Amino acid sequence: MTAFVHHFSFEFRRGLRDRNLLLMNYLFPLGFFALMGVLMTQVNPGFKETMVPAMVIFALLSSAVLALPGPLVAAREEGIYRSYRINGVPTISILVIPAVTTIFHMVLVAAVIVIAGPLLFGARMPVNGLGFGLTFVAIAVACTGLGVLIGVIASDSRAIVLWSQLIFLPSMILGGLMLPVSMLPATMSRIAWLLPSTQAMNAFNSLGLGLPATRPPLQSIAILFAGGLLAFALAIYLFKWDNRSDTHRGNPALALLALLPYVAGMILFAV
Amino acid sequence: MNETVIEVKDFRKVYREVTAVDGISFQVHRGEIFGLLGPNGAGKTTTLESLEGLRIRGGGSLSILGVDPSRQPARLRNLIGVQLQTSGLPANMTVAEAMGFFAAYHGVAPQPRLLERLGLSEKKGTQYRDLSTGLQRRLALALAILHNPAVVFLDEPTAGLDVPARAALHILVRELQSSGRTIILATHDMAEAEKLSDRVAILLGGKIVASGTPRELTAASGSLTKVSVRTEAACLRGNGTYLPGATPPSVEGEYLVCFSKDPGPVVSALLARIESQGDRLIDLRVERPSLEERFLEITRGGSR
Repeated sequence: MTAFVHHFSFEFRRGLRDRNLLLMNYLFPLGFFALMGVLMTQVNPGFKETMVPAMVIFALLSSAVLALPGPLVAAREEGIYRSYRINGVPTISILVIPAVTTIFHMVLVAAVIVIAGPLLFGARMPVNGLGFGLTFVAIAVACTGLGVLIGVIASDSRAIVLWSQLIFLPSMILGGLMLPVSMLPATMSRIAWLLPSTQAMNAFNSLGLGLPATRPPLQSIAILFAGGLLAFALAIYLFKWDNRSDTHRGNPALALLALLPYVAGMILFAV
Repeated sequence: MNETVIEVKDFRKVYREVTAVDGISFQVHRGEIFGLLGPNGAGKTTTLESLEGLRIRGGGSLSILGVDPSRQPARLRNLIGVQLQTSGLPANMTVAEAMGFFAAYHGVAPQPRLLERLGLSEKKGTQYRDLSTGLQRRLALALAILHNPAVVFLDEPTAGLDVPARAALHILVRELQSSGRTIILATHDMAEAEKLSDRVAILLGGKIVASGTPRELTAASGSLTKVSVRTEAACLRGNGTYLPGATPPSVEGEYLVCFSKDPGPVVSALLARIESQGDRLIDLRVERPSLEERFLEITRGGSR
């Protein structure tokens, strides 16, 4: 327990000390929130209805999918995990603790968005705190799971950019953050359900904001949790202590299995 | 000193088709400093990492106080401390955080006195990246020994250090040895290995090509011992200076210099001649071949 407290405490403080993490955890999502609040609400007043969950999901994508994998890859490259292994730091702590601290940072950012959105930009306020919180936890688990998995399988920082953007960019364009999925062409709309952000927007709208859901919201919650937990399990299985390690298991292509719940969800929702 | 702490028997490791270590065997005894030397690619790192539990052995057996490193990692980590060559610490972790973090994972209390002894107590709040190389190496050593391990692995412990920092670290290593710890020292610095090690093994192409005390290894060298002498009246510089068992003398500055496989009789002859000619000895130097010269001889395919 003492080890967990020391590890958690260090990782949380690192999120504030590290300039890149500070930028991606706080400045980038809150700056984008302010920009969208000023511009998007003028261009498209309908955006106010879903602004709060959209910006919370954006913040999670920024911190978990874009920022979280970097330190994991750097630590492997710099021999930090070798030191951890020699000193008995377990794999699960190495992967889960940074994810949990990232979620804590996101709770703070989400609180700012939930309070400031309605006050400053007239955004729709969540009407069901429990439903909103449950969806937040589900998408946070899904995004941090994917971030950690990317950190484990990416061979270097260039590979991180590739894998992260494969999730981030489609989520921004198709994931219901900027415009409802129902407005997309049929094929694109179907593909959009492969993305965690689409599932999260569906659940947030229904469970948090009291808006009509496109699909059953609890199915979205289940898919997000399943996807996140599967991603964590795969990350732990595929974890390498260093780039030369001859003790790692499995082919990195196994990471694609983390998409199974989303694929299943897409097929289920299509029925 | 004779209790075997580390036992390596016919250890082999193959990476795909490359044999990194090819059936080496050696023992290290309690309280000994054992130097593991070799050029890059000799199999030194693979041997160390396998003993540290970071690699799985391909064949043979490895044992640290009866523990198999790859099969009993939980027991191993309380027996060994490792000062890695690479940082091994996140750049923005402070000295105090590092101490608390690793102490917690070893299940021991943080040791502020250890930081004090290593001159780190005033740097508790400093992040790792802001420490000088010398302080980084000292912190790595502090973390390696904070749980009082029986065996300490030092991988290039003085790489990048200036002369005073090196000397300070050598004193610390000696202190560790005198407290009963067994030390495995991997280094490219032959002077350091010669100074600190009780015994060394030289690895080449995955095999041990020479082992013994530094003195034994240098004594087996094909190189000659250099004898230099300087006298007040330079009486030895005249024609016909013949020294039995030595090369013909030459003059280097104010010194007469010759080389011999067996310097004892040469020195006696020199002293006798100085006395007989009424001259006075100012300086006499006998320089045996160094471990570095012996290492180069071996690694370049010379006498083994």
